[in-house]
Amino acid sequence: MSSSGATISARYAGTLGRFRLDVAFEAPMRGITALFGPSGCGKTTILRCVAGLNRLPGRLVVDGDLWQDHATGRFREPYRRPVGYVFQEASLFPHLSARGNLLYGRRRALKTGAADEIRLDDVVDLLGIAALLDRATGALSGGERQRVALGRALLAQPRLLLMDEPLAALDRMTKEEILPYFEALHASLSIPVFYVSHDISEVERLADHLVLLDAGRVVAAGPLHELLSDTRLPIARSREASTVLETRVGGFDPDDGLTALDVDGETLLVPGRIGEKGGIRRVRIAATDVSLAVDRPPQTTIVNIVPVRVKAIEPLDQAQINVVLTIGHRDGGRKLLARVTRRAQRVLGFGPGQDVYAQIKAVSLVAASERPAASRRRAELG
Amino acid sequence: MLGSEELWSPIRLTLALASITTVLLLIVGTPIAWWLARSPARWKEAVAAVVALPLVLPPTVLGFYLLIALGPNGPGGFIGGFFGLRSLAFTFEALIIGSVIYSMPFVVQPIRNAFEAFGDRPLEVAATLRASPWDAFWTVAVPLARPGFMTGAVLGFAHTVGEFGVVLMIGGNIPGQTKVLSIAIYDYVESLQWAQAHVLAAGMLVFSFVVILSMMVLGKRIARPGP
Repeated sequence: MSSSGATISARYAGTLGRFRLDVAFEAPMRGITALFGPSGCGKTTILRCVAGLNRLPGRLVVDGDLWQDHATGRFREPYRRPVGYVFQEASLFPHLSARGNLLYGRRRALKTGAADEIRLDDVVDLLGIAALLDRATGALSGGERQRVALGRALLAQPRLLLMDEPLAALDRMTKEEILPYFEALHASLSIPVFYVSHDISEVERLADHLVLLDAGRVVAAGPLHELLSDTRLPIARSREASTVLETRVGGFDPDDGLTALDVDGETLLVPGRIGEKGGIRRVRIAATDVSLAVDRPPQTTIVNIVPVRVKAIEPLDQAQINVVLTIGHRDGGRKLLARVTRRAQRVLGFGPGQDVYAQIKAVSLVAASERPAASRRRAELG
Repeated sequence: MLGSEELWSPIRLTLALASITTVLLLIVGTPIAWWLARSPARWKEAVAAVVALPLVLPPTVLGFYLLIALGPNGPGGFIGGFFGLRSLAFTFEALIIGSVIYSMPFVVQPIRNAFEAFGDRPLEVAATLRASPWDAFWTVAVPLARPGFMTGAVLGFAHTVGEFGVVLMIGGNIPGQTKVLSIAIYDYVESLQWAQAHVLAAGMLVFSFVVILSMMVLGKRIARPGP
């Protein structure tokens, strides 16, 4: 599953109250792995088991270290597990200042011999919390509290960061305020993250890897890009079906005001100046924004027309089908999902293996892999 | 009259008794309160009821059983034997033992409530931040339960100062040893020494008022901002 070999391998089977969990999955020791599923699917329970806060029969191996093995009765106490945990509510210690909260785990981690890799100054800068350090936790806004909570978890020098719907308790505006910090974290730290969420847009924005859960079972696990375009899975069959692509910033055309993003040798154009040349930007393309043409359309207002090869056609309902495409008139390109009508397919008569053209009406940037404005400014000042 | 040893002796004795009892209760009561707040055991409410018993039990009944327990034929007599005593009854030590039991619910209950109020979350957070359970107890649970400790200490102290029935049963009325304030007041009234009774009673009235007032003020001051 992972090319680098370093993995987190988890298996749990047991009941907690009335809830039955029976899961087994592997995730790479890098990037963000989203545990995604509806409420009550067991994703938070898995996270708590990984942290050792809940104990279910099972086995957990993190990067070669055995943290739990039911067969031998081995169970590493939560405080001996090098994890960082961000709860849904910030859960800051009310009797300590923001600084006191940030340093609580750091002191103890260093005392137990953890390498001093994440320093207070770095975290303060990354999360833009310099002005909050000496405030009482009660004087912080919801977004500020969650940023301090994230900083506190990072400063505990974790080898694995666990985040339990850290944005769910926040309003839309605050969410948008915090997401860039999460993305900055993603871009600048190499700690693997388990991210529990029931919000597909968060997952598309942050995750590299996905564990799909339903009713205490794993439905599928794999790279995000693969799973989003897997037409057997419910996400691809939902109305929000989409493809997420990692693209490289090509160049900016000042006359048209468009930035070129390269993916698989093809180019996507998006409005505005986007980042530095060579930077990696993630884009989301909704399946319903992709239409197909058998020949390259001669005249159209759509700027993004990409040669693709039809890989598979999956009927969706009476009227619609999902078409799985790969980018380029060749095999081995990245997958792209299109939602079109049965009628169009019958009239145009395309089928698997055929080379066609995808017209992409909207390409939305989902991740800003750069540091958020606030902390960038601070970095320049400092 | 105010300088007389006869008046000051019971005051000193009472303050010593209440201070020692409060310290002992904080030491003994805290683990009990912790266990009652956090144990999943079903029978813990039975233990809680035993701890709370002095709330409803007539002090003379408690005193009677304590007298038997501390007397020459009870465990108190056995232990007293090691110190060359025939029994532990009618000693200052007996008063301490009696007071600890009698004032226990007033200390345990507020601390237990404080431990229960903040729930599991702060301790889970502490665990994910590498704090061992012992470490988390001292650096998270105790600071968060501080209002409960304050209330418990003040109530325990004040209640011990005011106790009468149990003291009379197990301590008797030995000046300088077991003759505490409440007994002294009773004595003065019995012997129609109204002036002395007035001094001590008024002193108690002022003391009680100060205790209640300081608890209310402290309670407001340490009311922490929301979680």
